[in-house]
Formats: sequence, structure tokens, C-alpha cells
Amino acid sequence: MNPQLEIIITAVIVSSACALLGVFLVLRKMAMMTDAIAHTILLGIVLVFFITESLTSPFLIIGAAAMGVLTVYLTELLQRTKLMAEDSSIGLVFPLLFSIAIILITRYAGNVHLDVDAVLLGELAFVPFDRFIVLGRDLGARAIYIMGAILLLDLFFVTLFYKELKLVTFDRALASILGFSPLLIHYALMGLVSITAVGAFEAVGSILVIAFMIGPPISAYLLTDKLSNMLFFSLLIGIINTLIGYQISVYFDVSIAGSIATMIGITFLFIFIFAPQRGMVTMIYTRRIQQLDYAVKSLLFHLYNHEGTAQEKEESKRDSLHEHLHWEDRFLEKILKKVIREQYVVVKQGYLKLTPGGREYLIKD
Amino acid sequence: MISIEALLSDYTLQIVTLGSAMLGVVSGVLGSFAVLRKQSLLGDAVSHAALPGIVFVFLLTGIKQTEMLLLGALISGLLGTLIIISIDRYTRIKFDSALGLILSSFFGLGLVLLTYIQKIPNANQAGLESFIFGQASTLLKRDVYIMIALGTIILLIVGLLWKELKIFSFDPEFAQSLGFPDKKINIILSSITVVAIIIGLQSVGVILMSALLIAPGVAARQWTDQLSVMVILAATFGLMAGVLGTVLSSLVENMPTGPAIVIVISLIVFLSLFLATKRGLLWRHLQMRKNSRAINEERVLTALYQLALNHDDIYHAHQTAMLNPGEAITRKADKNIVNSLHALRAKGYVRSDYFDTWAITDAGIEQVSRIMVENGGEEL
Repeated sequence: MNPQLEIIITAVIVSSACALLGVFLVLRKMAMMTDAIAHTILLGIVLVFFITESLTSPFLIIGAAAMGVLTVYLTELLQRTKLMAEDSSIGLVFPLLFSIAIILITRYAGNVHLDVDAVLLGELAFVPFDRFIVLGRDLGARAIYIMGAILLLDLFFVTLFYKELKLVTFDRALASILGFSPLLIHYALMGLVSITAVGAFEAVGSILVIAFMIGPPISAYLLTDKLSNMLFFSLLIGIINTLIGYQISVYFDVSIAGSIATMIGITFLFIFIFAPQRGMVTMIYTRRIQQLDYAVKSLLFHLYNHEGTAQEKEESKRDSLHEHLHWEDRFLEKILKKVIREQYVVVKQGYLKLTPGGREYLIKD
Repeated sequence: MISIEALLSDYTLQIVTLGSAMLGVVSGVLGSFAVLRKQSLLGDAVSHAALPGIVFVFLLTGIKQTEMLLLGALISGLLGTLIIISIDRYTRIKFDSALGLILSSFFGLGLVLLTYIQKIPNANQAGLESFIFGQASTLLKRDVYIMIALGTIILLIVGLLWKELKIFSFDPEFAQSLGFPDKKINIILSSITVVAIIIGLQSVGVILMSALLIAPGVAARQWTDQLSVMVILAATFGLMAGVLGTVLSSLVENMPTGPAIVIVISLIVFLSLFLATKRGLLWRHLQMRKNSRAINEERVLTALYQLALNHDDIYHAHQTAMLNPGEAITRKADKNIVNSLHALRAKGYVRSDYFDTWAITDAGIEQVSRIMVENGGEEL
């Protein structure tokens, strides 16, 4: 197989595995747990490395995955004390474990090859150098086999436990009542996330794994309300970004994973701004309309409530209206213009008066 | 191992310690707000998002001057923060997802630029990475001056906007309804936090900066319910961590400064979690034991009274086994009852005789009456 193809295949496998699990992380509001896991697996790697003195042993993945699960456990332990919010507990656990890893590396691994930068940054371009050789036959890049196995495992888990995952994600309480164990599913998922992150860090580095895991799912989240669609869109966006990102990186001769992560970011921003129902443009437009409508109604109600009362004169005086409504002058002018144009209100000698049309508009809904 | 005197007169160490101390204070103060607003992971995101700015400025100017690199970091950190805030404001995407995406895609862009520079001949880009991963020992006097100047400005801004920041941290909706410009305050607070993070990058690095922003605030929160006390405590904890961590790293061979600071501040957090009055785990445990003892005593006394009602003589004595009707007599339950009885005897509510049987006293009857009234019953 030619090296370019090997790199592309690895990148597509990595991004598919990440995009798949990421959907559940995002929906379960655990996106930053990925960040924590991505950092703490370094400690797992360091510890296993000290025991086995090898960077290729399969125990490395197990050790790192165990550290990932431990991270989740410690974070939740801190949270259960109710002494801090979830984000703080994440932000306390992972820097500590990461610092321990760094100290261990600087103190004891000085003369062996365990490059922190390599773990943090990773490099897809090196994938073809590490071959998978069985009985003297070269079967292709090793990363393809490792990540392929991890992707299959993830796919297997998601398909087999799709119903459970869905239920636990959207209605934890109901899942418990029906006899599914939310905790079991939760830890199985976090274990898989750790394994996937470990498998991926070699190729894309621990920081970019986060983009691969979160970017495509949140982009998909803005496009659909259905879990199955979200999974599909997430995979699709992940794969497309990988292919485009790869081409760009080849053209400019820059970091492949970095280029893919940048593409993921750009794609998200595009969807964020222009998504048909949940995009920023639509949101700003709808919110503005709602805000104006609400303000018009507030003004009309204000007049309506004071109609025929002793304070009517004071409350409907045009010049002091901004004080009663706590509005800025400019905003008041704008709303006044609107209600006068719509003929909900007439101004007589500096006082506002509801028209029959305005009253009808108020009562209408 | 170097002697303490040598340490105190070590010029480089003084500079580094001063820088770390300032950083600790500033991040303690701003971290308090970040923790209260549940935005404590912002530090992590911003520090990663700074990379493309740093590299881009270097790409444009070709020089590695601290001020320029900081400016680049600041601009891209702020840009990242603004995007995060708008994602949070305009979509249903959660704040932490937005953080995660911006963090890593900005970092990815930074890597792209970095690898691009490496291809340019004669570019002296070495060390740009360590700018973001932090290297306290490379801090220069000038860097520390910049840190102190920026830190002072940040503290001044916090002082001036104290009232706004306070109301905004606890009840942003209320603040908005009172007419405070919530968008502006959010952006100001985020901006000064970004500045603090950026000045911290150089000395402790990306990952550890996030700890420095969170830990002092969390630790301080355990000791008080008052914002002003919390902020001052957090600044103190940050200062302690900065100084102790720096000294620790110079005393112990091969001990990087950033991680040392994180270890110290983490210890402070764990001590606070356990020992803090009112909220701390130890205090809570003791309080719970006290409460359960009081409840046990009440139950035993009431049971004794009810047993006594079955007899003509109200002061009839009973064996301890009689006092736990309906419950299996385990060794532990039995011990609890005996303990309660001893405590009650000390208060004069019950008395025991030679045969280890127990009877209620007049004071005890009065106490039972009080308990019944407290629980909404009628007086005896």
C-alpha cells in the first residue's frame, strides 16, 4: 500500500471512531472530560512504560485506558462531595495527574525516549513508518490495524447497546427504573473513549483528539434533532473534513492532524453561523423579532393596566415613560415608532393612549 | 541540594519567584470569578487557543520578542473566547463543548502555522513551542516586569468593577434586569482573564495554567460564603502556591516549576476540602455524628418514657434490651443505646442501678415533654 493511502485510511478511521463516540459525549455534556482524559492518559503511559520499558506493548493501551477511567472516577468523586461544580472538578484532577506525569518523566525518564511533545502533538505523517509485520510479511501500517480494531470495537458497542445508550443519555432516571444500569453504560463508554483516545494520540496527538471527538458531533447537533441522524452527520462531517484537511496539508506541506482539526473548526463555524434552524443568523433574527414583540406588548400592557386609574396621567406621559419601563431612550423611541405606525397607540398632548386596535392586539393572544 | 541562604540570594530564583507570586495572586482573584460562574475551564481553552496567535505574530515579524508574542497570544485568545461566548449565547451547544472545540481547533491551526514556519529557510522558530508549554526558569527580568504591570492593571480593574462583578457572578439575570450591561461585563471579565492566562503561559505553560486558575478559587470557596473573603483567600493561596512551588522546584533536582506549583496548589485544595469549617468533609462528618447522636438520645429517652407509662411506677427501671423494640439487636445497635444512655445519665435525664437497668428521672420527663412539643405534639 502506498504511504499516502495509509495515512488517509488511518486518518479516516481515527476521525470516524472519534466522531462516533463524541456524539454521546456531547449529548451527555461531558465534552471536557475528553480533554481531561486526553491529558491524563499520559500518566498511564508513563507508568506502564516504567514497568514494561517499551512504548509498543499492548499494556500501554490498557494502562492508559485504565487511567482514563480513573480520571472520570476521581472527577465524579470530587463532584459527589458537592463542594464544587463539575467543571472545577475536571480542572482540578487532570492538571494534577498530568503534573505527576511530567515530574516522573523529567526525573526518571530523562535518558529514555519518551517525548512529551510527541504524545501531546502526534504526527500522522509518521504512521507509515511503523509497520505491522507478521511472520516476516509486511501487512501495512500498524496504526491502521490498531485503530481499525478500536473502531470496530466502538461500532460494535454503539450498535449493540444503541437502545441503552439512547435511553441513558436522554433519560437517566427512566433507564434506572427500567433496570438498565446507567453507571455501567457510563463507565463502558468512558473506557472506550479512553481506549480510542490512546489509539488516536499516536496519530493525531492528545490535544487534537478533542477536536476530532467534539467538532463533528456538535456540528451535527446544530443540523438535526434525531440521534440516528446526528450519528450519521457526525461521521459524515468527520470523514469529509479529514479528506479535505489532508489535501490542504499536502498542498502547503504542514501538519496533517493540525490541518484536519482546523478544517473541523472552520466547518463548525460555518454551520454555527448559517445552520437553517439553529444557526446564529437565524437565532439573532428570531430573537430580535421576539424582543420587539415583547417590548411592544409590555408597553401596551403598561398603558392598559393604568387606564382609568389615578396614576394614568403620570404613567402614560411620553417623556417619563422610559423611567417606568426601565428602557433606554433609543429603545423606547424605536418601540414608540413601531406602535404608532401599527396604530396601537396615539399620542395626544404628550400623553399616550391605547387605540381600540391596540387593545385588540393585546387581548388577541 | 542548595542551602537556603544560597537560595535567598539567587537572583534568577528571586525573579522567577516574584513572577510566580504575581501570577498566583492574579489567577487566584480572577479564578474566583471563573469558578463561581462555572467557567473555570476557560483557562484551559484560552491557553491552547493562544498558540496560533503566537506563531502568526512570529510569522509576520520574524522576531521572538515577548511583548509581540504576548500580543499575538492575547488576540487569538480573545478571539477564541468571543467565539465560545457567542456559541454559548446563540445555540443549544453547551459551554464545555464550545470550549473543547475552540481549544483544539485553534491549537490545530497553531500547529499548522508552526509546521509551515519550519519549512521556511533561516527561520529561527525554535522555542516558540516552549513559549506555550511554559518554562519558568527562562523568565527574564523584563518578562516579570510585564507580568507585574499587567497584573496590577487587572487587579485595579477588578477593584473598580467590584460591585458589577459581584452581582454578575451570582445573579446575571437580576443584574441584567437592573440595567447592568451584562454583555460588556462578560467581555471585560473574560478579557482580563485572558490577559492573566497569557502572562501565565510563559511561566507555567498551557495545562498548568488552567489549574492555577481553578484551584485557588475552589480552595477558598470552602472556607467562606463571602465573595470578598473568598477573593482575598484565593489570592493568598495562589501566592503561596507560586512561591512554594518555585522554591520546591529549585530545592529538588529535576523538578519542573509548573508541575511543582500545581502539586502545591492541589495539596492546598485537598486540605481545604477536608478541613474547612462548615463545608469541609471532616467538619461535615463530625456534624453528622453529632446530629445522629442527638437523635439517638432523643429516641432512647422517648422509648424509656413510653415503657415507663406501662407501669404504675413511672420510675420503673428497664433493661437496655427493652429499649429497641422492632429492631434486631445487633451489637452495634446495642452499643449505640448504651452510649446514648450514658450521655443521658450525664445530663441527669435517666439513672441506672446496680443491675444495669435504667429509669427516667423527673428532668428526663420534662425533656421528653419538650421534645414532643418541638415535634409538633402536645405537652404532657
